[in-house]
Amino acid sequence: MTMQLEHIGESDSSHHPAPSAYVGVAAILAIVTAAEIGLYYVSNVDAWLITVSLLVLMAIKFFLVAMWFMHLRFETQVFRRLFYGGLALAVAAYAVVLGASHVFPFWA
Amino acid sequence: MWAFLGSECLFFGALISTYLLYRGRSAEGPLPSDVYDIPFTSVSSFVLLMSSLAMVLAVAAIYRGDERRMRIWLTTTALLGMVFVGGQVFEFTEFVRQGLKLDTNLFGSSFFVLTGFHGAHVTAGVLWLLSLVGYSLRRGIGPEKAIAVDVAGLYWHFVDVVWIVIFTVVYLVPQ
Repeated sequence: MTMQLEHIGESDSSHHPAPSAYVGVAAILAIVTAAEIGLYYVSNVDAWLITVSLLVLMAIKFFLVAMWFMHLRFETQVFRRLFYGGLALAVAAYAVVLGASHVFPFWA
Repeated sequence: MWAFLGSECLFFGALISTYLLYRGRSAEGPLPSDVYDIPFTSVSSFVLLMSSLAMVLAVAAIYRGDERRMRIWLTTTALLGMVFVGGQVFEFTEFVRQGLKLDTNLFGSSFFVLTGFHGAHVTAGVLWLLSLVGYSLRRGIGPEKAIAVDVAGLYWHFVDVVWIVIFTVVYLVPQ
């Protein structure tokens, strides 16, 4: 942990992918976004299936941006824990609140 | 910045949860299906996604020591951010024109607070990026100060990530 903290603030270009990799990730994000919008207009499928599919696509985009654009995959573990910790806390806390308020149809 | 972003997850989590809590519980309209323009919002979302690409290219440029290209990409990011905020402003004025205001119903208050705070974050990000461009022009930013651009990039990408969640949960998920 001490060694990791010593290196905070040091610029390190060795962990950054080539610009073409970022363009590739952006293309994937655009395709996934198009798929999400396409799902919005689908009418012959149950709403819960569309909802789950949209949330899965949303999660894919979320982690693509976090891992690649925010360089989370190259960061030290302490930063990953800070971000994922806050994210997990937020998701858990609000899932409980929403569940208790009967927002989820499967959690009466 | 990571610790700050962790706290921002809680902040936006609260606003998104409030929107979900109030979803479908408005006593009267206008309702989401009455006002949403999905094609328009899709274009806005695409603009913000591409701004994230421009931002990461700016960070990559400064780590390579290419300050001029960094300025170009930072300016591009800021411009795309301004386009997004302009789209939000247009959307808000359209909603108000159709009778949806902050105090109209539960949908109105939760929607405007959530997207309004997000828009404010984008605006702050645009000002931050433009100040970096100005600093670069006046004093220069070398690879040894690249962390300053990297930190701004983290903030910008987080703002984009929040919109990824908002666009799906607020606009696309069936009502």
